[in-house]
Amino acid sequence: MTTHATPGATDADAEAAEGRVYNVAGQDWDEVVGDDTDRAENEQIVVNMGPQHPSTHGVMRLVLTLDGETVTEARVSIGYLHTGIEKNLEYRTWTQGTTFVTRADYLTPLYNEAAYCIGVERLLGIEDKLPERAKIMRVLLLELNRIGSHLGGIGPFGLELGATTIFLQAVRLRENVLDLLELITGLRMNHAFIRPGGVAQDMPAGGLEAVRDFLRKAPRMVHDLRTLIDANPVFIARTRGIAYLDLQACMALGVTGPLLRATGLPWDLRKSQPYLDYETYDFDVPTTDTCDAYGRYLVRIQEIEQSLGLIQQCVDRLAERTMPNDPWLIQDAKIGWPARLSLGPDGLGPSPEHIAHIMGQSMEALIHHFKLVTEGFRVPAGQVYTALEGPKGELGCHVVSDGGTRPYRAHLRDPSFHHLQALAMMVEGGLLADVIPAIASIDPVIGGVDR
Amino acid sequence: MTQPSSGTGDSRPPSPPGGGEPPAVESDSLPARQGEQRISAPVVRRGLFGVHDTPDTSGYGQLQVRKQPPLSSEPPYGGYFDAVAQALGGALEADGLGFSDAIERVVVDRGEITFHVRREHLVAVCNKLLNDPKLRFEIFGGVSGVHYPDDTGRELRAVYHVLSITHNRRIRLEVATPDADRHVPSVTSVYPAANWHERETWDFFGIIFDGHPALTRIEMPDDWPGHPGRKDYPLGGIPVEYRGTKVPPPDERRWYA
Repeated sequence: MTTHATPGATDADAEAAEGRVYNVAGQDWDEVVGDDTDRAENEQIVVNMGPQHPSTHGVMRLVLTLDGETVTEARVSIGYLHTGIEKNLEYRTWTQGTTFVTRADYLTPLYNEAAYCIGVERLLGIEDKLPERAKIMRVLLLELNRIGSHLGGIGPFGLELGATTIFLQAVRLRENVLDLLELITGLRMNHAFIRPGGVAQDMPAGGLEAVRDFLRKAPRMVHDLRTLIDANPVFIARTRGIAYLDLQACMALGVTGPLLRATGLPWDLRKSQPYLDYETYDFDVPTTDTCDAYGRYLVRIQEIEQSLGLIQQCVDRLAERTMPNDPWLIQDAKIGWPARLSLGPDGLGPSPEHIAHIMGQSMEALIHHFKLVTEGFRVPAGQVYTALEGPKGELGCHVVSDGGTRPYRAHLRDPSFHHLQALAMMVEGGLLADVIPAIASIDPVIGGVDR
Repeated sequence: MTQPSSGTGDSRPPSPPGGGEPPAVESDSLPARQGEQRISAPVVRRGLFGVHDTPDTSGYGQLQVRKQPPLSSEPPYGGYFDAVAQALGGALEADGLGFSDAIERVVVDRGEITFHVRREHLVAVCNKLLNDPKLRFEIFGGVSGVHYPDDTGRELRAVYHVLSITHNRRIRLEVATPDADRHVPSVTSVYPAANWHERETWDFFGIIFDGHPALTRIEMPDDWPGHPGRKDYPLGGIPVEYRGTKVPPPDERRWYA
């Protein structure tokens, strides 16, 4: 092991500009500095955290200026995971757009799809023609996804503080959620299941029973998780009073979601600006008034419990709808995706009835199918902004159409992108060790930040 | 200066008939029922996927997208929109600024209101939106750039979404700027959260936000040439180097003779 930093030739320029450069890879700081007498006692140190540090929730880079162990300046550098989703959308049809937006924030794929699809539906003016079953299924999927996303935040939160058990318990429950999503949508992530006009498929056979089975065992697992974390002295020591952001700061920085609700303001778009008939569901908006990382955890875990209640209501409503041929996609042949999927011996594929219909019975149906699948439908010109209460905060989608068959512009207003701006305010003046719970309490997902 | 991409091959048709036509109604979403007006509007784009320099193998090269007339709404706007417009007008007049001096036009479409703000008055308008007790738009929802290469003199747009928790309202501001002089004042002095959003809009569209504390690229690398969100910037565009070989950009990969 090297006991002394070796400033290489490439560091010469940097040294001229910024002072002494040390390349450190896990050594003890006293050993690194060694007998370097040039170093003044209170000199500030600039530390790069990331771009691939395990607790930066993806490829994100933090430039921290340290005075001892105190962070005096925190700068966040993003863009390492930029994939050009918004640009790509402009080169696909409106329906194909779902496949792209779902990959933005990969822990909340169904929220991205819903925000985009509700935007397209508002542009088309078909919001009130959406089938009831599609709305209920969307709420069911969104709330399942909320549980999955919150657990994807809480589990790694524990892991970053050194608690493997929290991670394993959270992932164990999350796995059940993902199994359900896989059963309903066919995929664990990147579902592309919510489509303009409804959802891609009906609930599969046995789907409702699987959700009921989940609802029977999930409360116990959430309870176990809370028993493990809520009063855990180590967890509390690392989170209570950490990453403080009060209501005034949240307002100034436009912060929403669990961060805002942890300041005591019960702002939830599902209540205040309901979409998908959320006003007809019965649920509470949990808040705390601690403004810290612990409060945000409490809000998230209570939201999981509320989501379980919402899922139960969705299951009840779906079970009541026993009429035959209850549509899950808009009954407008010019917009609704023509093909149906069905489960064959070799997996999911186009339904044989639909193939038989377009290939053997109706030339018009074949033309129609071909036109709608390859060319897509036109959307009247205009722009809309739809906002959903995502698990991480307000997830907005600005959709612009010029009257064509592809989005003219689609922009995702991702809550993680917005909230990472608040990181500096949370961590500056605190300890280096508190940066990690601060990031975890924002719960950013870089796929959504960089898109 | 950059050239609009979509003008390839068409002779520019006359300007659209009538500026104040009502927005497309719901039934117009169906292609078969689209009216005469749409058919007579000038074509702004052809083809399906914007490819012009390779043979048309898709069969959709004949597809046309026509220019839409600009929308404009007159009061009453309906709902809380009138209250917002009146409060904003009153607040601006208190500063000796007329409503129509600051706001070019108002568009109410699909249940959402858009104030088209003249760029020189953007900061004043935002100041009133945040601080006036009758407005109180506290939550800054982001900036989204849009590029209309055919709208001469108003090519680049910055679209702001703001939300009022106090009154539970949501409005949108739109600022137009010519491509030749793409400057918009920064609203970071009013909404600090605009910082990253303005950097992103600069990064992708090249709109310069005057007064921004550090207008640098945020998603693309610092030394990236061009602004990828613009319509004249091709998708893909650069070959990717992979273990000594080069993978061409997607639009250059296949060739059908």
